[in-house]
Amino acid sequence: MNEKFKKAVKLFITFFKIGAFTFGGGYAMIPLIQKEIVENKKWISDDDILEIIAISESTPGPIAINTATFVGYKTCGFWGSFFSTLGVVLPSFVIISAISGILAEFQNYTAVKYAFYGIRAAVLALLIKAVITMYKKSPKGIISYIIMAAALITTAFLNIPVLAVIIGCALIGLISSVIADRREKR
Amino acid sequence: MIYIRLFLTFLKIGAFTFGGGYAMLPLIQEAVIGNNWMDSSKIVNFIAVSESTPGPFAINIATYIGSETGKTGGGFVGILTSLFGAFCATLGVVLPSFVIILIVAKCYERFKNSGVVIGCMSGLKPAVVGLIGAAVLSVFKTVLLPDGFVFSAFKDAKIYVSLVIFAIAAFLTFKKKVHPIIIILIASVLGILCGYLFGI
Repeated sequence: MNEKFKKAVKLFITFFKIGAFTFGGGYAMIPLIQKEIVENKKWISDDDILEIIAISESTPGPIAINTATFVGYKTCGFWGSFFSTLGVVLPSFVIISAISGILAEFQNYTAVKYAFYGIRAAVLALLIKAVITMYKKSPKGIISYIIMAAALITTAFLNIPVLAVIIGCALIGLISSVIADRREKR
Repeated sequence: MIYIRLFLTFLKIGAFTFGGGYAMLPLIQEAVIGNNWMDSSKIVNFIAVSESTPGPFAINIATYIGSETGKTGGGFVGILTSLFGAFCATLGVVLPSFVIILIVAKCYERFKNSGVVIGCMSGLKPAVVGLIGAAVLSVFKTVLLPDGFVFSAFKDAKIYVSLVIFAIAAFLTFKKKVHPIIIILIASVLGILCGYLFGI
Protein backbone atom coordinates (compact mmCIF):
# COMPACT_ATOMS: atom_id res chain seq x y z
CA MET A 1 0.00 0.00 0.00
CA ASN A 2 2.74 2.41 1.01
CA GLU A 3 4.81 1.66 -2.07
CA LYS A 4 1.78 2.23 -4.24
CA PHE A 5 0.89 5.47 -2.52
CA LYS A 6 4.41 6.82 -3.01
CA LYS A 7 4.24 6.01 -6.69
CA ALA A 8 0.86 7.73 -7.02
CA VAL A 9 2.29 10.86 -5.40
CA LYS A 10 5.23 10.75 -7.80
CA LEU A 11 2.82 10.42 -10.72
CA PHE A 12 0.90 13.41 -9.42
CA ILE A 13 4.02 15.56 -9.17
CA THR A 14 5.28 14.50 -12.60
CA PHE A 15 2.00 15.24 -14.36
CA PHE A 16 1.57 18.46 -12.41
CA LYS A 17 4.90 19.62 -13.83
CA ILE A 18 3.86 18.55 -17.32
CA GLY A 19 0.56 20.41 -16.96
CA ALA A 20 2.26 23.51 -15.60
CA PHE A 21 4.99 23.83 -18.20
CA THR A 22 3.48 23.02 -21.57
CA PHE A 23 2.08 25.75 -23.70
CA GLY A 24 -0.03 25.02 -26.73
CA GLY A 25 -2.13 22.10 -25.54
CA GLY A 26 -2.16 18.33 -25.73
CA TYR A 27 0.13 17.68 -28.65
CA ALA A 28 2.81 19.90 -27.14
CA MET A 29 2.74 17.66 -24.05
CA ILE A 30 3.58 14.44 -25.84
CA PRO A 31 7.37 15.00 -26.11
CA LEU A 32 7.49 16.04 -22.45
CA ILE A 33 5.51 12.98 -21.35
CA GLN A 34 7.85 10.74 -23.32
CA LYS A 35 10.92 12.34 -21.77
CA GLU A 36 9.64 12.30 -18.18
CA ILE A 37 7.85 8.95 -18.10
CA VAL A 38 10.05 6.88 -20.39
CA GLU A 39 13.54 8.35 -20.13
CA ASN A 40 13.70 9.84 -16.65
CA LYS A 41 11.34 7.72 -14.57
CA LYS A 42 11.39 4.57 -16.75
CA TRP A 43 7.82 3.76 -15.73
CA ILE A 44 6.82 2.75 -19.22
CA SER A 45 8.76 1.38 -22.18
CA ASP A 46 9.31 3.26 -25.42
CA ASP A 47 7.01 0.99 -27.44
CA ASP A 48 4.26 1.11 -24.83
CA ILE A 49 4.18 4.91 -24.74
CA LEU A 50 3.78 5.11 -28.51
CA GLU A 51 0.86 2.71 -28.28
CA ILE A 52 -0.66 4.69 -25.41
CA ILE A 53 -0.44 7.91 -27.42
CA ALA A 54 -1.98 6.24 -30.47
CA ILE A 55 -4.90 5.00 -28.35
CA SER A 56 -5.25 8.41 -26.66
CA GLU A 57 -5.69 9.93 -30.10
CA SER A 58 -8.45 7.50 -31.02
CA THR A 59 -10.52 7.73 -27.85
CA PRO A 60 -12.74 10.74 -27.15
CA GLY A 61 -11.55 13.60 -24.97
CA PRO A 62 -8.47 15.76 -24.65
CA ILE A 63 -5.26 13.90 -25.53
CA ALA A 64 -3.46 15.19 -22.45
CA ILE A 65 -6.12 13.72 -20.15
CA ASN A 66 -6.29 10.44 -22.03
CA THR A 67 -2.52 9.98 -21.92
CA ALA A 68 -2.26 10.94 -18.24
CA THR A 69 -5.05 8.54 -17.26
CA PHE A 70 -3.57 5.72 -19.31
CA VAL A 71 0.02 6.17 -18.08
CA GLY A 72 -1.25 6.39 -14.51
CA TYR A 73 -3.27 3.21 -14.84
CA LYS A 74 -0.40 1.25 -16.39
CA THR A 75 2.00 2.44 -13.71
CA CYS A 76 -0.10 1.87 -10.62
CA GLY A 77 -3.74 1.08 -11.26
CA PHE A 78 -6.81 3.19 -10.53
CA TRP A 79 -5.20 5.57 -8.02
CA GLY A 80 -2.31 6.08 -10.38
CA SER A 81 -4.68 7.22 -13.10
CA PHE A 82 -6.62 9.37 -10.64
CA PHE A 83 -3.55 11.22 -9.39
CA SER A 84 -1.99 11.59 -12.86
CA THR A 85 -5.18 13.13 -14.23
CA LEU A 86 -5.57 15.39 -11.22
CA GLY A 87 -1.96 16.46 -11.65
CA VAL A 88 -2.31 17.38 -15.31
CA VAL A 89 -5.60 19.25 -14.78
CA LEU A 90 -4.75 21.19 -11.62
CA PRO A 91 -2.29 23.81 -13.00
CA SER A 92 -4.73 24.81 -15.77
CA PHE A 93 -7.63 24.94 -13.35
CA VAL A 94 -5.80 27.11 -10.83
CA ILE A 95 -4.26 29.47 -13.39
CA ILE A 96 -7.42 30.01 -15.42
CA SER A 97 -9.62 30.38 -12.34
CA ALA A 98 -7.22 33.03 -11.08
CA ILE A 99 -7.04 35.01 -14.30
CA SER A 100 -10.66 34.73 -15.48
CA GLY A 101 -11.77 37.31 -12.91
CA ILE A 102 -8.92 39.62 -13.84
CA LEU A 103 -9.60 39.08 -17.53
CA ALA A 104 -13.22 40.18 -17.15
CA GLU A 105 -12.11 43.38 -15.38
CA PHE A 106 -9.31 44.12 -17.84
CA GLN A 107 -11.42 43.69 -20.94
CA ASN A 108 -13.16 46.96 -20.12
CA TYR A 109 -9.99 49.02 -20.54
CA THR A 110 -9.68 50.72 -23.93
CA ALA A 111 -6.05 49.63 -24.45
CA VAL A 112 -6.93 46.01 -23.63
CA LYS A 113 -9.89 46.16 -26.01
CA TYR A 114 -7.56 47.36 -28.77
CA ALA A 115 -5.01 44.68 -27.89
CA PHE A 116 -7.64 41.95 -28.16
CA TYR A 117 -8.84 43.46 -31.41
CA GLY A 118 -5.38 42.79 -32.83
CA ILE A 119 -5.09 39.42 -31.10
CA ARG A 120 -8.34 38.12 -32.59
CA ALA A 121 -6.96 38.64 -36.09
CA ALA A 122 -3.86 36.65 -35.11
CA VAL A 123 -5.98 33.84 -33.64
CA LEU A 124 -7.48 33.37 -37.09
CA ALA A 125 -3.98 32.62 -38.43
CA LEU A 126 -3.25 30.22 -35.56
CA LEU A 127 -6.48 28.33 -36.21
CA ILE A 128 -5.73 28.02 -39.91
CA LYS A 129 -2.43 26.46 -38.91
CA ALA A 130 -4.33 23.96 -36.72
CA VAL A 131 -6.49 22.99 -39.71
CA ILE A 132 -3.40 22.35 -41.82
CA THR A 133 -1.78 20.29 -39.06
CA MET A 134 -4.89 18.11 -38.71
CA TYR A 135 -5.16 17.80 -42.50
CA LYS A 136 -1.64 16.37 -42.61
CA LYS A 137 -2.57 13.79 -39.95
CA SER A 138 -5.78 12.79 -41.69
CA PRO A 139 -6.02 9.93 -44.20
CA LYS A 140 -6.27 11.15 -47.81
CA GLY A 141 -8.52 9.86 -50.57
CA ILE A 142 -11.88 10.59 -52.06
CA ILE A 143 -13.98 9.45 -49.07
CA SER A 144 -11.84 11.45 -46.65
CA TYR A 145 -12.23 14.59 -48.77
CA ILE A 146 -15.98 14.10 -48.94
CA ILE A 147 -16.13 13.72 -45.14
CA MET A 148 -14.01 16.87 -44.64
CA ALA A 149 -16.28 18.90 -46.92
CA ALA A 150 -19.45 17.44 -45.42
CA ALA A 151 -18.32 18.15 -41.83
CA LEU A 152 -17.36 21.69 -42.80
CA ILE A 153 -20.56 22.52 -44.66
CA THR A 154 -23.00 20.89 -42.22
CA THR A 155 -21.35 22.56 -39.22
CA ALA A 156 -20.69 25.99 -40.69
CA PHE A 157 -23.74 26.58 -42.89
CA LEU A 158 -26.54 24.12 -42.24
CA ASN A 159 -27.10 24.49 -38.50
CA ILE A 160 -27.02 20.74 -38.00
CA PRO A 161 -26.12 19.77 -34.40
CA VAL A 162 -22.38 19.15 -34.18
CA LEU A 163 -22.98 15.90 -32.31
CA ALA A 164 -24.95 14.53 -35.27
CA VAL A 165 -22.14 15.54 -37.62
CA ILE A 166 -19.51 13.74 -35.52
CA ILE A 167 -21.56 10.55 -35.19
CA GLY A 168 -22.44 10.67 -38.88
CA CYS A 169 -18.80 10.98 -39.94
CA ALA A 170 -17.80 8.06 -37.68
CA LEU A 171 -20.55 5.93 -39.25
CA ILE A 172 -19.49 6.85 -42.80
CA GLY A 173 -15.92 5.89 -41.91
CA LEU A 174 -17.10 2.60 -40.42
CA ILE A 175 -19.34 1.70 -43.35
CA SER A 176 -16.74 2.60 -45.97
CA SER A 177 -14.07 0.55 -44.21
CA VAL A 178 -16.42 -2.45 -44.00
CA ILE A 179 -17.13 -2.16 -47.72
CA ALA A 180 -13.40 -1.84 -48.49
CA ASP A 181 -12.70 -4.96 -46.40
CA ARG A 182 -15.32 -6.99 -48.24
CA ARG A 183 -13.90 -5.98 -51.60
CA GLU A 184 -10.46 -7.03 -50.50
CA LYS A 185 -11.69 -10.45 -49.40
CA ARG A 186 -13.21 -11.05 -52.78
CA MET B 1 -29.59 25.11 -12.55
CA ILE B 2 -26.54 26.59 -14.27
CA TYR B 3 -24.01 24.28 -12.60
CA ILE B 4 -25.73 21.08 -13.67
CA ARG B 5 -26.07 22.51 -17.16
CA LEU B 6 -22.35 23.39 -17.26
CA PHE B 7 -21.44 19.89 -16.11
CA LEU B 8 -23.70 18.15 -18.63
CA THR B 9 -22.66 20.41 -21.51
CA PHE B 10 -18.98 19.78 -20.94
CA LEU B 11 -19.62 16.09 -20.32
CA LYS B 12 -21.05 15.94 -23.83
CA ILE B 13 -18.14 17.95 -25.23
CA GLY B 14 -15.61 15.68 -23.49
CA ALA B 15 -17.33 12.53 -24.72
CA PHE B 16 -17.55 13.55 -28.36
CA THR B 17 -14.35 15.41 -29.09
CA PHE B 18 -11.77 13.46 -31.02
CA GLY B 19 -8.33 14.78 -31.85
CA GLY B 20 -8.38 17.14 -28.91
CA GLY B 21 -8.17 20.87 -28.51
CA TYR B 22 -9.55 22.95 -31.32
CA ALA B 23 -11.68 20.12 -32.68
CA MET B 24 -14.05 20.89 -29.80
CA LEU B 25 -14.54 24.52 -30.87
CA PRO B 26 -17.73 23.98 -32.90
CA LEU B 27 -19.30 22.09 -29.98
CA ILE B 28 -18.25 24.86 -27.59
CA GLN B 29 -19.54 27.62 -29.87
CA GLU B 30 -22.82 25.76 -30.28
CA ALA B 31 -23.21 25.43 -26.49
CA VAL B 32 -22.14 28.96 -25.66
CA ILE B 33 -24.35 30.60 -28.28
CA GLY B 34 -27.26 28.21 -27.73
CA ASN B 35 -27.27 28.92 -23.98
CA ASN B 36 -26.49 32.61 -24.43
CA TRP B 37 -23.52 32.31 -22.08
CA MET B 38 -21.20 34.87 -23.66
CA ASP B 39 -20.56 36.51 -27.01
CA SER B 40 -18.41 34.81 -29.59
CA SER B 41 -15.58 37.37 -29.58
CA LYS B 42 -14.86 36.42 -25.96
CA ILE B 43 -14.26 32.83 -27.06
CA VAL B 44 -11.81 34.05 -29.72
CA ASN B 45 -10.07 36.21 -27.11
CA PHE B 46 -9.79 33.21 -24.87
CA ILE B 47 -8.15 31.08 -27.58
CA ALA B 48 -5.28 33.57 -27.40
CA VAL B 49 -5.25 33.49 -23.60
CA SER B 50 -5.14 29.70 -23.65
CA GLU B 51 -2.24 29.70 -26.13
CA SER B 52 -0.33 31.93 -23.74
CA THR B 53 -1.04 30.00 -20.54
CA PRO B 54 0.07 26.44 -19.77
CA GLY B 55 -2.18 23.40 -20.01
CA PRO B 56 -4.46 21.74 -22.55
CA PHE B 57 -6.96 23.96 -24.37
CA ALA B 58 -9.85 21.70 -23.37
CA ILE B 59 -9.24 22.20 -19.65
CA ASN B 60 -8.49 25.89 -20.01
CA ILE B 61 -11.67 26.69 -21.92
CA ALA B 62 -13.84 24.53 -19.64
CA THR B 63 -12.45 26.27 -16.56
CA TYR B 64 -12.89 29.70 -18.18
CA ILE B 65 -16.46 29.24 -19.37
CA GLY B 66 -17.36 27.57 -16.08
CA SER B 67 -16.01 30.39 -13.98
CA GLU B 68 -17.50 33.14 -16.18
CA THR B 69 -20.99 31.67 -16.35
CA GLY B 70 -21.04 30.17 -12.87
CA LYS B 71 -20.29 33.49 -11.22
CA THR B 72 -23.24 35.06 -9.43
CA GLY B 73 -22.88 38.07 -7.20
CA GLY B 74 -19.73 39.87 -6.18
CA GLY B 75 -17.10 39.66 -3.48
CA PHE B 76 -16.46 36.35 -1.74
CA VAL B 77 -19.69 34.78 -3.02
CA GLY B 78 -18.65 35.72 -6.56
CA ILE B 79 -15.31 33.97 -6.13
CA LEU B 80 -16.91 30.84 -4.66
CA THR B 81 -19.62 30.56 -7.30
CA SER B 82 -17.16 31.11 -10.15
CA LEU B 83 -14.85 28.43 -8.70
CA PHE B 84 -17.77 26.04 -8.42
CA GLY B 85 -18.79 26.75 -12.01
CA ALA B 86 -15.21 26.12 -13.15
CA PHE B 87 -15.15 22.90 -11.15
CA CYS B 88 -18.40 21.60 -12.71
CA ALA B 89 -17.32 22.35 -16.28
CA THR B 90 -13.81 20.94 -15.82
CA LEU B 91 -15.07 17.78 -14.12
CA GLY B 92 -17.51 17.36 -17.01
CA VAL B 93 -14.87 17.62 -19.70
CA VAL B 94 -12.43 15.28 -17.90
CA LEU B 95 -14.82 12.55 -16.73
CA PRO B 96 -15.60 10.83 -20.08
CA SER B 97 -11.88 10.59 -20.91
CA PHE B 98 -11.09 9.20 -17.52
CA VAL B 99 -13.79 6.53 -17.54
CA ILE B 100 -13.24 5.51 -21.18
CA ILE B 101 -9.47 5.17 -20.75
CA LEU B 102 -9.94 3.10 -17.58
CA ILE B 103 -12.10 0.71 -19.58
CA VAL B 104 -9.85 0.70 -22.65
CA ALA B 105 -6.68 0.21 -20.55
CA LYS B 106 -8.05 -3.14 -19.37
CA CYS B 107 -8.63 -4.53 -22.84
CA TYR B 108 -6.55 -2.40 -25.14
CA GLU B 109 -5.11 -5.26 -27.18
CA ARG B 110 -8.62 -5.88 -28.40
CA PHE B 111 -9.40 -2.16 -28.72
CA LYS B 112 -6.28 -1.49 -30.79
CA ASN B 113 -7.07 -4.13 -33.41
CA SER B 114 -10.82 -3.62 -33.45
CA GLY B 115 -12.20 -3.10 -36.94
CA VAL B 116 -14.98 -0.91 -35.55
CA VAL B 117 -12.51 1.49 -33.90
CA ILE B 118 -10.28 1.65 -36.98
CA GLY B 119 -13.33 2.21 -39.20
CA CYS B 120 -14.78 4.98 -37.03
CA MET B 121 -11.40 6.69 -36.80
CA SER B 122 -11.07 6.68 -40.59
CA GLY B 123 -14.20 8.84 -40.61
CA LEU B 124 -13.37 10.94 -37.55
CA LYS B 125 -9.90 12.08 -38.60
CA PRO B 126 -11.11 13.88 -41.73
CA ALA B 127 -14.17 15.09 -39.77
CA VAL B 128 -11.84 16.90 -37.37
CA VAL B 129 -10.34 18.80 -40.33
CA GLY B 130 -13.84 19.91 -41.37
CA LEU B 131 -14.81 20.81 -37.79
CA ILE B 132 -11.77 23.01 -37.21
CA GLY B 133 -12.39 24.44 -40.69
CA ALA B 134 -15.89 25.41 -39.56
CA ALA B 135 -14.38 27.03 -36.46
CA VAL B 136 -12.06 29.02 -38.73
CA LEU B 137 -15.05 30.30 -40.73
CA SER B 138 -16.88 31.25 -37.56
CA VAL B 139 -13.82 33.08 -36.19
CA PHE B 140 -13.37 34.72 -39.60
CA LYS B 141 -16.88 36.11 -39.29
CA THR B 142 -16.36 37.23 -35.69
CA VAL B 143 -13.10 38.97 -36.55
CA LEU B 144 -13.80 40.53 -39.94
CA LEU B 145 -17.56 40.75 -40.33
CA PRO B 146 -19.12 40.98 -36.86
CA ASP B 147 -22.26 42.60 -38.27
CA GLY B 148 -22.64 40.07 -41.07
CA PHE B 149 -21.80 40.46 -44.73
CA VAL B 150 -22.83 44.09 -45.18
CA PHE B 151 -21.35 46.71 -47.50
CA SER B 152 -20.78 49.25 -44.72
CA ALA B 153 -18.23 46.88 -43.15
CA PHE B 154 -15.85 47.74 -45.99
CA LYS B 155 -16.09 51.50 -45.39
CA ASP B 156 -14.77 51.10 -41.86
CA ALA B 157 -11.03 51.16 -41.08
CA LYS B 158 -11.60 48.23 -38.68
CA ILE B 159 -11.75 45.52 -41.30
CA TYR B 160 -8.51 46.67 -42.96
CA VAL B 161 -6.67 46.79 -39.64
CA SER B 162 -7.80 43.22 -38.97
CA LEU B 163 -6.78 42.08 -42.44
CA VAL B 164 -3.30 43.58 -42.14
CA ILE B 165 -2.73 42.09 -38.67
CA PHE B 166 -4.03 38.75 -39.93
CA ALA B 167 -1.63 38.89 -42.90
CA ILE B 168 1.32 39.65 -40.62
CA ALA B 169 0.34 36.88 -38.19
CA ALA B 170 -0.10 34.41 -41.05
CA PHE B 171 3.30 35.34 -42.50
CA LEU B 172 4.99 34.87 -39.11
CA THR B 173 3.16 31.58 -38.49
CA PHE B 174 3.68 29.90 -41.83
CA LYS B 175 6.86 31.43 -43.25
CA LYS B 176 8.87 32.21 -40.14
CA LYS B 177 7.49 29.52 -37.78
CA VAL B 178 7.37 32.05 -34.95
CA HIS B 179 5.99 30.78 -31.62
CA PRO B 180 2.27 31.54 -31.09
CA ILE B 181 2.93 33.51 -27.89
CA ILE B 182 5.26 35.90 -29.75
CA ILE B 183 2.67 36.30 -32.52
CA ILE B 184 -0.03 37.10 -29.95
CA LEU B 185 2.26 39.69 -28.34
CA ILE B 186 3.01 41.34 -31.69
CA ALA B 187 -0.68 41.36 -32.60
CA SER B 188 -1.63 42.95 -29.29
CA VAL B 189 0.93 45.75 -29.79
CA LEU B 190 -0.31 46.31 -33.35
CA GLY B 191 -3.90 46.31 -32.07
CA ILE B 192 -3.13 48.98 -29.47
CA LEU B 193 -1.19 51.11 -31.98
CA CYS B 194 -3.88 50.94 -34.65
CA GLY B 195 -6.58 51.42 -32.05
CA TYR B 196 -5.21 54.76 -30.89
CA LEU B 197 -4.13 55.84 -34.40
CA PHE B 198 -7.40 55.10 -36.21
CA GLY B 199 -9.80 55.06 -33.28
CA ILE B 200 -11.32 51.68 -34.20
